[in-house]
Amino acid sequence: MGVVQGDQMVLNIGPQHPSTHGVLRLEVTTDGEIVSKITPHLGYLHRCFEKHAENVTYEQVIPFTDRCDYLASMNSNFGYVVAMEELMGIESCERVQYIRVIMAELNRIASHLLALGVYGLDIGAFTPFLYMLRDRERILDMFEYTCGARLLYNYMWIGGVSHDLPKDFEKICIEFLDYFEPQIDEYNNLLTYNKIFIERTADVGVIPADVAISYGVSGPNLRGSGVKWDVRKDEPYSIYDRFEFDVPTGTGEFGTLGDCFDRYWVRMLEVTESVKIIRQALKDIPQGDVFETMPKKIRPPVGSIYRRTESPRGDLGYYIVSDGKPSPTRVKMRSPAFTALSCLDEVSSGWMISDVLAILGSLDIVLGEIDR
Amino acid sequence: MTSIEIKEALKNQFGKSVMENDELPENQVEVKGEEWLDIATFMKNDPKLSFDQLECITGIDTGEEGPLQSHYNLHSMEHRHKIEIVINHDKNEPKVPSIEKLWRIGDWFERETYDMFGIEYIGHRDLRRILCPDDWEGWPLRKDYEPQESFHGIVVPKIKEEEGWE
Amino acid sequence: MGVLENKFQDNVVVASLDKILGWARSTSPWYFQFGLACCAIEMMASAASRHDLERIGMMPRSSPRQADVMIVAGTVTMKMALRVKKLYEQMADPKYVISMGSCATSGGPYWQHGYHVLKGVDLVVPVDVYVPGCPPRPEALIEGLLKLQEKIQTERPLTRKLA
Repeated sequence: MGVVQGDQMVLNIGPQHPSTHGVLRLEVTTDGEIVSKITPHLGYLHRCFEKHAENVTYEQVIPFTDRCDYLASMNSNFGYVVAMEELMGIESCERVQYIRVIMAELNRIASHLLALGVYGLDIGAFTPFLYMLRDRERILDMFEYTCGARLLYNYMWIGGVSHDLPKDFEKICIEFLDYFEPQIDEYNNLLTYNKIFIERTADVGVIPADVAISYGVSGPNLRGSGVKWDVRKDEPYSIYDRFEFDVPTGTGEFGTLGDCFDRYWVRMLEVTESVKIIRQALKDIPQGDVFETMPKKIRPPVGSIYRRTESPRGDLGYYIVSDGKPSPTRVKMRSPAFTALSCLDEVSSGWMISDVLAILGSLDIVLGEIDR
Repeated sequence: MTSIEIKEALKNQFGKSVMENDELPENQVEVKGEEWLDIATFMKNDPKLSFDQLECITGIDTGEEGPLQSHYNLHSMEHRHKIEIVINHDKNEPKVPSIEKLWRIGDWFERETYDMFGIEYIGHRDLRRILCPDDWEGWPLRKDYEPQESFHGIVVPKIKEEEGWE
Repeated sequence: MGVLENKFQDNVVVASLDKILGWARSTSPWYFQFGLACCAIEMMASAASRHDLERIGMMPRSSPRQADVMIVAGTVTMKMALRVKKLYEQMADPKYVISMGSCATSGGPYWQHGYHVLKGVDLVVPVDVYVPGCPPRPEALIEGLLKLQEKIQTERPLTRKLA
C-alpha cells in the first residue's frame, strides 16, 4: 500500500473566528487534514500605541499600556512603572510596594482563569468556562471596590498607586482566598484528570527547550518545556525577593516534556503559587500614605532603559528613551505573546487542523499585545 | 562577565569594528553595521559569551540631524549576563545584515523594524510588512511621517499639531 | 360594538398585526460574536454565568448567516474595516448593528494620533445603537440590547416606506 499524496490546499482561519482569541488570520496549507505550513497574518488590531506614547506625557502613557494586554492590565502597568522608577532613580514607599504585589498577583490569577477557561472552550468543554468566569468575577469585584474599574484600571502610577486600599479589603481578600482554594480541586476534576482532555493535549505540539529559547518564548510556555526561568526570581524587581514561592516547571508525566498539557499544568500550578504570595503579603503589609513618594513633575534624566517583568504571558519588556522633555522620545513594548506566536509554524507542522487550535490555545496569546 | 569585560572580549576579536563612543553608557556597545553578522555569530557561539537569547530589537529615530539607530538587547541563559549593541544607520539608505538565522525570533523583530522605520535587512528570507497592510505607504514611526490621504476609499485622518506643553 | 361585545374569554388576545410582528421579531435576536479587542472580554463576561445574556434570548452564533445582530466590540482598524463590511453584507436581512465601546463609536482613546484606526465603525456600516464606555459594563451592554429590542418593536415592516 503506498501513501496517497493529494494536492495542497490553502485555507483561512480567521480573522473572525470563535477560537482565535482575537483578530488573527492564519493561512494554513494543508494536505487533507495534515498541516504542512502556517503563515500568521497580524496587524488587524494595530492601534499605534508607540506613536501615541511619543506624543503624550509620561503619566498619560499608562492608560495606553492597560489596553495593550487587556487581560492582565495591572501587570502591564507594573512593568512600565518599574522601568520608569529605575530610570528616574526613585523608590516607592513600602505600603505601595505591597499593594502593587497583591494587585499584580490577583490579576495573574484572573488572567490564568480566563486563559484556562477559554482553552477548555476551544477543546470543547463548556462547563469549566462558566465555573472559572464565575470565580474571576469575584476578583473583578475586589478590583472594582478598590479603584472603580472592572477591566482597565490605570491603577499603578509612577511613585505610587491611584487609590489606597479600602478599609476592609484585607478581610474580603482572605475570605475570597479561603473560598477559592478548594475550587482548584473542582477544576482539576473537570479538566485535568479528564480522559478526553488528556488525549487531545498530551504529546501534541512539543516545543524543545533550545527551540523555545531561540524563538524568545518565555513565561509559562518556556517553563512547560522544562527551563526554570522566572523574572521574579532571576532578575527580581519590587519586593518579590521577600516572598517564598516555587517556580513550577513541566515534567512530561502525562506525555512528552513540553507538550500542550505541560503548559496547561504549569498555569494551574502558578495559580496556587500566587495564592501563597498574596497570603504572605497580606500578613506583612504596613500602614502608610500611598501618595508620599509620588513626584510632582515627571522629568526623567536623559538616557534609556530596558527592563523586563513577569506578566502572566511571559517576559514583558519596556524600552524607554528619554530626552529630558515631558514626553518620551521612544517607548517600545516587547510583548511575550508576539514571540510565542512566532513559533507556531515550526511547532504545528505535521499535526491536524484541530490540533493546531489546541496548540494555539495553549500558547495563551492576546492580540492587543501582539499588534500594539 | 560584566559589560566592560564583554566589550574587551569583542575588541580583542574584532578590533576596529567595535567603536569607542564615550557618550554611550556602560552597558551599550557600538559596532559597525557591515560586520554585524560576524560579530553576532561570534557572540552566540563563543563558549565564554554564549548569548543565546535575543530579547528585543528597538529602532530609534533620533531626530532631524541624527541617524537612525538600532538597539539589540542580548542575554545569556547559561552565564546570566547581558549586553546592548547599538548600530547607527544612514537615514537615506539604512541597510544592515540580517541575523534571523542565528536567533529565530529575529525574523519577526526585523520585519517589525522594517515596517516601522524602513531599515532593510540584507539576507532576510521574507522581508515584508507585518503590522501595517502590505500596500501602506511610508514609515510610521519616523519623526517626519505624514499619513497618506486615503486607504482603499477610507479617509486616513492627519495627526493634529500639539499646541505646546504647560 | 354591538354583536362582538363581551363575547371572548380571557385567553384570546386581539392586537394589531404590526404589534404582533414587532413582538415576534424582537424577543430573541441571535448575536454575531464579533469581538475585536478589550470590549470582547466584557461581551464574554456578559454571556457568562453572572450576567446571563441567554435569559433575554440572545445566543452567540459564529456564522454571519445565522445571526440577526452584529455587536462590533472593540477598535476597528483600517486593515479590518474591509472585512467588517464584507461580513455585514453576508448577514441575512433583517439585520442590526450595535456599536459597543468608545473605539467602535468614534475611535476611542486612539482618536488623535492613530493613523491606522478607523474613527467609528459607522463610516463603513449603518449602526442602530451606540453603547458608550471604555469598556462598557455588562449591565450597560444589556441596556443597549433592550433598547434595540424596543426599536425593533416599533418598526412597521408591512408599511411601504416613503424613502
